Amino acid sequence: MDMNTILLSAISLGIMGLLFGAGLAFASKKFAVEVDPRVTAIREVVPGANCGACGFPGCDGYSAAVVRGDAPVNGCPVGGAEVAKKVASIMGMDAGTTVKMVAKVKCEGSSDHCGNRFDYDGFDSCVAANMLGGGPKDCQYGCMGLGSCVQVCPFDAIHINERGIAEVDKEKCTSCNKCIDICPKNVISLVPYDQLVIVDCNNKDKGPQVKKNCDVSCIACGLCERNCPFDAIHVVNNLAEIDYEKCKNCMVCVEKCPTKAIEGDLSKRKTAKVIDDKCIGCTICAKNCPVDAISGELKSVHTVDADKCIGCGVCVEKCPKDAIELI
Amino acid sequence: MENASLFVIMVSAILVNNFVLSRFLGICPFLGVSKQVETAFGMGMAVTFVMTLSGILTYLVHYKLLVPNGLEFLQTAAFILVIASLVQFVEIVLQKMSPTLYQALGVFLPLITTNCAVLGLALLNIQYEFGLLQTIVHSFFAAIGFSLAIVLFAGIREKLEISDVPLPFKGFPIALITASLMSIAFLGFTGLV
Repeated sequence: MDMNTILLSAISLGIMGLLFGAGLAFASKKFAVEVDPRVTAIREVVPGANCGACGFPGCDGYSAAVVRGDAPVNGCPVGGAEVAKKVASIMGMDAGTTVKMVAKVKCEGSSDHCGNRFDYDGFDSCVAANMLGGGPKDCQYGCMGLGSCVQVCPFDAIHINERGIAEVDKEKCTSCNKCIDICPKNVISLVPYDQLVIVDCNNKDKGPQVKKNCDVSCIACGLCERNCPFDAIHVVNNLAEIDYEKCKNCMVCVEKCPTKAIEGDLSKRKTAKVIDDKCIGCTICAKNCPVDAISGELKSVHTVDADKCIGCGVCVEKCPKDAIELI
Repeated sequence: MENASLFVIMVSAILVNNFVLSRFLGICPFLGVSKQVETAFGMGMAVTFVMTLSGILTYLVHYKLLVPNGLEFLQTAAFILVIASLVQFVEIVLQKMSPTLYQALGVFLPLITTNCAVLGLALLNIQYEFGLLQTIVHSFFAAIGFSLAIVLFAGIREKLEISDVPLPFKGFPIALITASLMSIAFLGFTGLV
């Protein structure tokens, strides 16, 4: 092989490369398609898992829809508030306040609380079990713990706990709705991430019937409804339901519930405390306290009765001098 | 094969020397995008499109550029260059000229750049010493053969999805076994031409 061949091959390949390169460069200019730069920008800030939780075909579809105006800027449940903020700034809009939601299995009816009508020996699938006369459990509304939700969760955020009930890992959950969609009992629903008080029951039967099947169920007695200082819990269809916007996590209902069907950790309850230096004795807090836990004369420092206080935070909101804090 | 009639080339390209099932070229997309008939069909069409075009172009490059200059040994490098730029070019043009087709082919188009079936076809065309017309026919029907194989396979895989497969075979293992059985079936066409 002489020098010529080497030279010739280098030159011809080089020329070919150059030609193709130039052709492509020309083509990309000539045939350039105008893509809204915002689409590309949004595509870069969304998580990119293509999970479809937003209801659009993947992150590309969502990005395009936002720019078209078909999707809200906070439409990505996986990215949450952080992504919504970035998308909003790209679109020149205000993100609004998005409350981070997580899935919650509303059932505590493990085998020591709720019995079985028959032994189920089939697929490990709630959907299949549910077809057999509504599943093996005495309670027709509760979690069967066969793990259909575990199988569909793309984020490894839901597991069957040692009591045989599905349990969501709040930190991993992205509120993509997959578990909610597959659950044949509709026992999973979205609750705000910060919500401490949750009704852990899904049974819509009448009280006596419910009580026969499960001893940690909502019997629709209405005690919670009557005792709630904020009108935030109501018995609808024989099942207590919390209005998360009104609920202040004061846990009065948790205390009152006779069957312990409302979840809430009383040790996490806070207590109001008056900061003596700031209090001007205006009595606004005392007037607004739903449980009369604050006392004090006009123009003198007020005190909170820690035993009565339910930590609802109403006084903190009402105090004009920021003189009350929750600890 | 020099004077093989176009019909023989066609039958041979689709059935006897099926690119996937007899030559074992383009196995990657064959396994990768064969979960649904619809996407498999899209992939098949994209491959047909690119294969026919690249068949013609590589033919021209080989006989007009490489042979006159005695540079046949550059075949592989030159063909890869041609195919890669061609796919890029087609993508750019399609996006502008026919957004619908572009959307339909979607992600498959760029995938074809690295599809060995396309390069294999270009090299085979030269090896068989086909003329231009034969090249076109061979390229087009080889791609049709590919599409046939991938669509059939996707159809079987859709059925497999809902059938009760023993756990160790679920997913790819059973797909590979299916592919090999299909390959054996296509072996039956040997001797047809």
